[in-house]
Amino acid sequence: MANEITFLEAIREGIDEEMARSPEVFCMGEDIGAYGGAFKVTEGLLAKYGDARVLDTPISEAGFVGAAAGAAHMGMRPVVELQFIDFISCAYDMLTNYVATARYRAFLPCPMVVRGPSGGYVRGGPFHSQNPEAAFLHTPGLKIVYPSTAEDAKGLIKSAIRDDDCVLFFEHKYLYRRVKGVMPAGDHVVPIGKARVAREGTDASIITYAATVHKALEAAEQLAAEGISVEVLDLRSLLPLDDEAIQATVRKTHRVLLLHEDTRTGGIAGELCARINETSFAWLDAPVLRVAAADVPLPYSPPLEDYVLPQVADVVRAVRHLLAW
Amino acid sequence: MPKRTTPAAPPGILAREPRATPLGPHARALGDAQRLELYYWMRLTRTLEERLVALYKQTKVVGGLFRSLGQEADAVGSAFALERRDILSPLIRNMGSMLVKGATPLEVIRQYMAKGDSPTRGRELNIHFGDLDRGFVGQISHLGDMVPVMAGVALSFKMRREPRVVLVYVGDGATSTGAFHEGLNFAAVQKVPLVCIVENNGYAYSTPNPRQFAGEWFKDKAAAYGIPGVQADGNDVLAVYDVTRAAVERARAGEGVTLVELVTYRRKGHAEHDNQSYVPPGELEWWAAHNDPLDRYVARLTSEFRVPAARLAEVDARVQREVDAATDEAERSPMPEGTDALVGVYADPPVVPAEWYREGVTKAVERHERPASWGTSGGE
Ligand SMILES: Cc1ncc(C[n+]2csc(CCOP(=O)(O)OP(=O)(O)O)c2C)c(N)n1
Ligand SMILES: [Mg+2]
Repeated sequence: MANEITFLEAIREGIDEEMARSPEVFCMGEDIGAYGGAFKVTEGLLAKYGDARVLDTPISEAGFVGAAAGAAHMGMRPVVELQFIDFISCAYDMLTNYVATARYRAFLPCPMVVRGPSGGYVRGGPFHSQNPEAAFLHTPGLKIVYPSTAEDAKGLIKSAIRDDDCVLFFEHKYLYRRVKGVMPAGDHVVPIGKARVAREGTDASIITYAATVHKALEAAEQLAAEGISVEVLDLRSLLPLDDEAIQATVRKTHRVLLLHEDTRTGGIAGELCARINETSFAWLDAPVLRVAAADVPLPYSPPLEDYVLPQVADVVRAVRHLLAW
Repeated sequence: MPKRTTPAAPPGILAREPRATPLGPHARALGDAQRLELYYWMRLTRTLEERLVALYKQTKVVGGLFRSLGQEADAVGSAFALERRDILSPLIRNMGSMLVKGATPLEVIRQYMAKGDSPTRGRELNIHFGDLDRGFVGQISHLGDMVPVMAGVALSFKMRREPRVVLVYVGDGATSTGAFHEGLNFAAVQKVPLVCIVENNGYAYSTPNPRQFAGEWFKDKAAAYGIPGVQADGNDVLAVYDVTRAAVERARAGEGVTLVELVTYRRKGHAEHDNQSYVPPGELEWWAAHNDPLDRYVARLTSEFRVPAARLAEVDARVQREVDAATDEAERSPMPEGTDALVGVYADPPVVPAEWYREGVTKAVERHERPASWGTSGGE
């Protein structure tokens, strides 16, 4: 389609619109200026807004995430890029100790966005493929967003920038150039904390987010050919979670598969399962099942990565198993 | 030595004239065979990387490819200053250091091709691998992290009174990390036998030195840690060897940490995908023409040390044979089996159980899902 843009361009468009809308918004990160970032998300922003609002930083994640918090206290709205989300671990202390507690303990606002390319299926090996969202789910005070479509990527980055708290914005690099969409006209904002039904169905629900939304949709298509009707719920926001949407799909299909690319133990599926158990136990016709990555660091070689990460065939098998319960 | 006739560099580019460093005491002590060995390692580094580029273009390399073109002298000369019992930790431009320490071209090619019999069995990329027996510890991607780790390796040598020395590499960019600071400070306070090499190659990805560091030279950081900071022309392999050897001997004598800045230049992009659009016109050409470490060393060997050109040609031929043989063998290596991924997360239990929905699945996936376009589009 003529006015279709990629997931990556949608994020850029969202940042660009917010920078145009409010002079407090500025970007910081490694190689984001003239180079436009390792994946080119910020390409063109330096030329448009100048080096006072698009800052190349030294390789100091704790430094510039901390500096973003300070600027945010003063009314600025920093959008910080991590070259790969795997390097968020270098700023873990700043985010969990300083940023997440600032409002609660000191009444200091931290309206900032920390964004970066995440996720696997790209042969990136153990340090360029991570999904560290669960490490932050356990930190009250942070918000976490992880979109799967270009429209949501744009609408959610805009919401994240306008949010009065710190939002971690995960950008699945597998989707950057593979997923495209036509942006709704006007000021397109998608609210944080609202899930989206990506496919309607009646026999079972797959609750997921990010790249595995696309795996779920592919599995649903295959299962439809067998006469199985699968609903796919795309969470979009992980913190806060959309309990209403989760309950609605569970109570509609009575069978639930939780799917994520992150490793199984301690992954978000555990939290989802607990919530479903607490609110909708009586509506379940089968135990809640999980498909997730094996509990190993993500290896690089294609056969290894393919084995560790969830694949469409796994989802199909698991849904059949749910239906046979 | 013939008189140098380097023309003035075009304005606005980062150009550094080759320094006329007189032979230091350690370099002077090298014999003919050792000088030729240095040439061999530098040539092997360059030829092996050129082979990797060819494999990359044939899409046989999985993931990114990182070059050290123009930095062979700094990697090789510094590692050559170590003894067999010493340990180093390389960074992404230090394939040459690893070769000196005993890594083989076969291992490097298998690793880049993600083969099942690569040193990491397909778990890690490029030159991220190590071998304690041969004396090199594999890096992780997170920059700066190896500085504290290697400080700890050095601490163990100090505690056990073993006369061994540790060498750790960081780039100009990596000096901006907290880990670099904490590790170097720890090592300096503990006075452990550590040599920290800062390879100043002008850029960190697209970021030039002035946007990385407001000081002038990285060696100047040393004073704040209470350790000596020294510097050498990183494209002069004998100067690199000399300055590193002095730091290594100082460490071995129990005098503690030295920071060594090697001034060099990154002639290729951050990785093969990087088109270097941020480099001012003429800069790459200037370094290729006027400050190439191999060209400089060849000129010196043939003039100052009277090595016949035929001797160098023999080395080149040997390198070519070795790289060819390694390529053939690596191409025959198998890919790993998917289930290999479950082995070795812990000592106990040695194997992580397979997910229930994978029972009976021995191949990676029932239907191989790899689209043709898979591969990282970003850098390291
Ligand atoms: C903590 C951390 N942040 C960011 C990166 C991404 N990254 C990889 S290499 C690199 C540039 C490194 O520059 P330098 O240290 O000068 O080494 P060079 O590549 O020049 O040898 C960056 C930013 C990383 N690996 N680790
Ligand atoms: Mg550098």
